Amino acid sequence: MTIFSKLKVAAIAAGLGLAVALPAAHADEQYFPLQSYRVGPYAAGGTGFFGGFIDYLNLINTRDGGVNGVKLTWSEGETQYEVERGVEVYERLKNNPGVAAWNPLSVGIAYAMIDRITKDKVPLITINHGRTDSTDGRVFPYVFPLLLNPYSETSGIVNYIASKEGGLDNLKGKKIVVLYHGSPYGKETIPIYELLAKKYGFELQQIEVPHPGNEQQAQWLTIRRAKPDYVVLRGWGVMNPVALKSAAKVGFPVDHIVGNVWSNSEEDAIPAGEAAKGYTAITTQASGAEYPVVKEIIKTLYDNGKGNLENKSRIGSVYHNLGIVNGILNVEAIRIAQEKFGKRTLTGDEVRWGFEHLQLDPARVEALGAKGLFHSINVTWDNHEGNGYVTFQQWDGKKWNVVSDWIAPDWALLRPIIEKSAEAYAAEKGIKLRTSEQAEAATN
Amino acid sequence: MTAIVSDFSTSHRIPGWLPPVLLLGLAYLVIPFIGTSYLFEAILLPFLALSLAGVGLNILTGYAGQVSLGSAAFLAVGAFAAYNFNLRVEGLPLIGSIILAGLAAAAIGIVFGLPSLRLKGFYLAVSTLAAQFFVQWALTKFSWFSNDSASGVIDAPALSIAGITFNGAVGRYLFSLTVVTLLTFLAYRLVSSQSGRNFIAVRDNETAARIIGVPVLKTKILAFAISSFIIGVAGVLWAFAYLRTVEPAGFNLDRSFQILFIIIIGGLASIRGAFFGAALLVILPLALSRLGSFLLGNVFNSGVLDMSQRIVLGALIILFLILEPDGLVSLWDRIRKRSAAVFGRM
Repeated sequence: MTIFSKLKVAAIAAGLGLAVALPAAHADEQYFPLQSYRVGPYAAGGTGFFGGFIDYLNLINTRDGGVNGVKLTWSEGETQYEVERGVEVYERLKNNPGVAAWNPLSVGIAYAMIDRITKDKVPLITINHGRTDSTDGRVFPYVFPLLLNPYSETSGIVNYIASKEGGLDNLKGKKIVVLYHGSPYGKETIPIYELLAKKYGFELQQIEVPHPGNEQQAQWLTIRRAKPDYVVLRGWGVMNPVALKSAAKVGFPVDHIVGNVWSNSEEDAIPAGEAAKGYTAITTQASGAEYPVVKEIIKTLYDNGKGNLENKSRIGSVYHNLGIVNGILNVEAIRIAQEKFGKRTLTGDEVRWGFEHLQLDPARVEALGAKGLFHSINVTWDNHEGNGYVTFQQWDGKKWNVVSDWIAPDWALLRPIIEKSAEAYAAEKGIKLRTSEQAEAATN
Repeated sequence: MTAIVSDFSTSHRIPGWLPPVLLLGLAYLVIPFIGTSYLFEAILLPFLALSLAGVGLNILTGYAGQVSLGSAAFLAVGAFAAYNFNLRVEGLPLIGSIILAGLAAAAIGIVFGLPSLRLKGFYLAVSTLAAQFFVQWALTKFSWFSNDSASGVIDAPALSIAGITFNGAVGRYLFSLTVVTLLTFLAYRLVSSQSGRNFIAVRDNETAARIIGVPVLKTKILAFAISSFIIGVAGVLWAFAYLRTVEPAGFNLDRSFQILFIIIIGGLASIRGAFFGAALLVILPLALSRLGSFLLGNVFNSGVLDMSQRIVLGALIILFLILEPDGLVSLWDRIRKRSAAVFGRM
């Protein structure tokens, strides 16, 4: 017993000791704290995304010796997609020197961090997800739902369905069911679907699948009764293959199911087997390993046993490529900020400035070896999404094939709604709207 | 269900009131000045909220013998009720919202406690599961509870009482500490009162209790009400002081089990046990996780480490329960007695 209690005391002491002992500061390093999740129901997304992100950071270090000589560093803390763990990892890693940006890949964790990172003045990146109204940089100076916020995604999906029906006018009288994940992420688009249904005159039914979503018999029986023209799958993790299989069971045609940006991966389609053949989903980044940047990652890292993915067949998968794109955006934001502030370790606020000038046109994207991987981005101080383009891909049983051009969501329609919501948040929280002059100044 | 009535008179040299007072002195006067933000945000704030929830559940399960698997539901009721009272009742001070939230949780607790009049043991545990699922379902289903916010996540309001705002980590810690101290003291007084003895009588032998004139029905309902009140307030601390954001998914069955494990590991029918148990369940996983990533972080990725930590944690808990089935409290008392005996001989 005494040995046991001694051990426990030692363990606690060690834990507390580590809490205070921080790594020594190094000159010219930029640090990425990663709230990753490699176990739990969403591990497929977590390993792919963080694998791609780490691979790209590693590529920049190995191939270029860092960003203009500034080495990129990172460390991981496991969150299992749980808010409490995300907050714990945030507290654990935030005091490391040279924090560039946070990339939690979880809406719940991101929400819990907004106040904290705003106080710390460090950017919070929620690529392809997050809180939609954080697009408004006047109210959320440090939050960046890069490439595609949930409203743009919704608009893109509705426009795609319209194009299949022969135009937006033909949506009138059609019936669409949205099957969404019972989480903050899943619910984010409820009001915008309602608004678009009213605007275009289609009938809408939104059905929730409780987290994690491994049982959907009831929901699909409801769908069968409703007989919709299309089902939009706003899923995440295990919910997606289960949805596709349940659809097949009740006889709903898979080519009338449109997946959202978190229901678009190989890990969603493969487990559903035959039931996924013909399934279409939106994406901001194509899958496949034929893009120069992915090839370089294979050559520089995987061929030398330094790649992050354990399963090499996942190289170039949707999540892996999204992680790579996320890496490109983070690294380019640092590069852009370095041009203004100097080629050294930047403060979080300086990196924020970099993100607010993150403008990569198709030519620059091509120079980065990512032509066709993603289209372009154009972030400004008040538009933190950066007008990403989307495309649609169809599953052929083995891989995704792109079936549309790059499509622009209807940003002009969405912007006033986003501003209204952001202004309401600002009023509730007593936040004064930021001006472009304030955005231009960065503290160090 | 073995349980020990906490015995505060084991040592004759130290008066019973001294250790808690010393601890409080440390918590109020020393820790705020030396603690890091990690200590407050990641360790002490969840520890305080979970300890209080443990105290609440211990009254119901430890003292009154009614097993409940719905603790997380009452946490959620407290958190969401406080949020809504605060939002919808103009001019209500925060402390008012907290008390009303506790009362709301107590009301729900009474409703789900009613089956306890007919059900016992495992059957009651299963019926309290209904609370767990119903509350989570209702909070997700009716967006009114989260003020129709798009994602169902609510932002906790600033903590301020009588014009003083407790927004920093230290402020929120002191706020939680005060609430926990106050309610723990009340719980301690309660269990040593007639009602507390009634709880124990009902737990130990319901028929006998009835014969000697204990109002069994009233006692059970009272246990559910008080326990849910305390857990509800713990929910407010969890949401407002610790996470500062609330979503129903955070109050799932896992959390209910966590609170049940806290009192089983800490020691049933002991106020101190809840604190011991919460300390173990909050600190041990973190210590293991940090030790793991410190020693082996370069060899394995965080997923592998996390999985192995679960195995180690599970093994430690089993080992511990075999060696000390009465919980950390009795271990602590044994150590104290032994050291008192050693010092006594010298």
